Amino acid sequence: MKALMFGWEFPPHILGGLGTASYGLTRGMSQQPDLDITFVLPKPWGDEDQSFLRIIGANSIPVPGRGCIEFSGRYPDNLVEEIGNYEAVAREIAWREDFDIIHSHDWLTYPAGIAAKEIKHVPMVIHVHATDFDRSRGNVNPTVYAIERRGMDAADHIMCVSNLTRQTVIEKYGQDPSKVSTVHNAVEPLPHPEEFVKHPRKEKIVTFLGRITMQKGPEYFVEAAARVLEKTSGVRFVMAGSGDKMNEMIDLVAKRGIADKFHFPGFMRGRQVQEMLSESDVYIMPSVSEPFGISPLEAMQVGCPSIISKQSGCAEILSHAIKTDYWDIDAMADAIYAIVKYPAMYKSLHELGVEEVNNIRWYDAGLKVRAVYDKCLGRR
Amino acid sequence: MKNICFCIQMHEPYRLKRYRFFDIGQDHYYYDDAETEEHLNWLVETSYMPLCQTLKEMIRLSKGKFHCAIAISGSMLEMYEQFAPEMIDVLKELAQTKCVEFVATPFSYSLVAEFNENDFRNQLDQHAQVINDLFGQKPTTVCNAELLYSDEIAFDLQKWGYKVAMTEGAKHILSWKSPNYVYQSAASPKLGVLMRNAALSDELAFHFSDPTWGNYPMDAEKYADQLAAMPENENLINIWLGAETFGIRQSAATGIFDFLKALPYYVLEKGIGFVTPAEAAKKVASAEVVSVPYPITWAGEAKDISLYAGNDLQQEAIKKLYNVAERVHLCSDKRLKRDWLLLQDVNYLHYMNHIDQGATNYESAYDAFINYMNVLADFLQLVDEQYPTTIENEELNSLLKTINNQEKEIQVLEKEVKSLRSAKKAPAEPTTCAKTKCSKTSKKTK
Repeated sequence: MKALMFGWEFPPHILGGLGTASYGLTRGMSQQPDLDITFVLPKPWGDEDQSFLRIIGANSIPVPGRGCIEFSGRYPDNLVEEIGNYEAVAREIAWREDFDIIHSHDWLTYPAGIAAKEIKHVPMVIHVHATDFDRSRGNVNPTVYAIERRGMDAADHIMCVSNLTRQTVIEKYGQDPSKVSTVHNAVEPLPHPEEFVKHPRKEKIVTFLGRITMQKGPEYFVEAAARVLEKTSGVRFVMAGSGDKMNEMIDLVAKRGIADKFHFPGFMRGRQVQEMLSESDVYIMPSVSEPFGISPLEAMQVGCPSIISKQSGCAEILSHAIKTDYWDIDAMADAIYAIVKYPAMYKSLHELGVEEVNNIRWYDAGLKVRAVYDKCLGRR
Repeated sequence: MKNICFCIQMHEPYRLKRYRFFDIGQDHYYYDDAETEEHLNWLVETSYMPLCQTLKEMIRLSKGKFHCAIAISGSMLEMYEQFAPEMIDVLKELAQTKCVEFVATPFSYSLVAEFNENDFRNQLDQHAQVINDLFGQKPTTVCNAELLYSDEIAFDLQKWGYKVAMTEGAKHILSWKSPNYVYQSAASPKLGVLMRNAALSDELAFHFSDPTWGNYPMDAEKYADQLAAMPENENLINIWLGAETFGIRQSAATGIFDFLKALPYYVLEKGIGFVTPAEAAKKVASAEVVSVPYPITWAGEAKDISLYAGNDLQQEAIKKLYNVAERVHLCSDKRLKRDWLLLQDVNYLHYMNHIDQGATNYESAYDAFINYMNVLADFLQLVDEQYPTTIENEELNSLLKTINNQEKEIQVLEKEVKSLRSAKKAPAEPTTCAKTKCSKTSKKTK
């Protein structure tokens, strides 16, 4: 079976979770021997791992009358125009390529998927990694919503990364529940987990890691930290990453009078992330709305106990992580306190967390995707 | 002659309130009374009260031939007194029929027998006192929390004068042997050991209303037939169930109460009798000895204590709690002593199990652990204020021993004085008595 996928990001050049998920999923699916994947990207860099799939760069396919079109491959201001260009190239690719099914990742690539479907008349499935309701805390952009809605209406089947997202798709986008299913994300196993060891230190470290934006709920972390520090010493808090709320957070930390215990090391990437996580005693993700949220799984991989908001999709598949409501500062503070003060708490989350996360495999997610393909093609 | 020993176990923990770490040292009341009361009322209405009324009916209809046992914890009785006094009345009525044996159980329904011998004894004594006060019975049978039992426990029980212990007919202990006999403890031959018949008990607890189960639908006649069909020499069938089986696990709509009501008639018709555990041990000759080197309970598949003490969370909680047992023992503060009892409730440990959390009111094992440990942290602080941890346990122990021994010594000496006084009329002795009293008080103040 041949699948034509439309994506926007692919490692090593990634800007968010979409790239990581695209890589993991395709890699997991490639373990099925009878499945060929062609992955279209706006602008490949050339250093992508192509050992298990074929990558086509949209910027290298000439469009009649326009030649090759330039893409930024990022999220520029003229994003809608870039999406349109991507759609035009998709039409070209559909003519040239041979495939049985189309698979579009996130709203940026829905129009491309629809275009390809119109030409080859094969089923199209879409993969919802996030909706605009997650990104905007309910303040939805009508243009984005229209594109999302059109993609969902045209799709033969919709896959969502969590039940939470599935519910949004059904309720806010009016989709028939029978054509919407959940395929939870997974996490790539670490090649050498033993490289990441926690060095003994006197103070405990509690880490937030991600974009410092409204969606990630950074202010709840600061408030929880203040509560913990009221009563405890020997704990430090780290907010790694950058984003439009960063200065506001620095102000808030100063206002609460905890600046000596609260640190902003800035943006981290690659190995730095894992090192930071493996040195931490607690990882916290108080997201207001998170379709899935892969980072707690990455923290657990290196043995770091995680506290996540119940409004995160990954909460649906994790039992060895602490779950609180994003607004419940007291519960969050209590969980932090327990992990740093009660050794059994740390030990259980540390040991059982690694075990749990090692059993969440992309291969299994790939099998679920395959079942959806088969259903769409009437093979089951 | 075949006999059925029917026993109901009744216990509910006090609900702990949401207790955050910043409450530690600030708030010393740990219970959510409103929630405890609400939950208890629901239990009483749907299960406990209809069950007790049914038991009364069974006794009346069988003209006193139906006998049974009730194992009810001291903390449960306190809870009744506080929130549902009508339950005390109905239990008293049951006691008056003389057909019901109230068996001994640790006051707080805890696994204390496994962790602290001294406190185990205290809890049994305290419980016996309450049972005597309320129902006028002196328990000679022990039904430990979750049927916890081992040779070591048997040894203690015999030492303290108990006659019968109740435990699970665990397969790994009995192997090919049947639970339907009175056994003798290998460690303490004077102690009779009764083994629960798990298969026949679970039929009622779990399968009664299950249409996929082979014996569905079950009625009293069919159940009695099953009992009658068992080998003649297997002469004691122990059907022991949690009270919540009736009305909750099997709702009233399944007909479980009608089943119970009809049971004595059909059972007696087959020539099978009803006995209480104490009667069983007297009436039915013991067949063989049973040795239980490692503790067993009625929990899960493993039938050991791993459900309550198997994971790191549970072990840390247990360690922290029982570490202060000796110190609490020295305390005289009533409230501290009550908290000490209530916090031992085995249910709090059960909630910390990752796989099976029982009837938990927490979202996860971690959630249960966090709340419990915060409460425990405050409790430990209070204990520490009375007896600082800077004093080693051994040191405290030796002090305690001296004091205890002194008391005993004084008693012996006083007796001697009395006998000497009555024998002779020489007034030389009182000085010895005064001396020992002096030394006792001076050591205590140390």
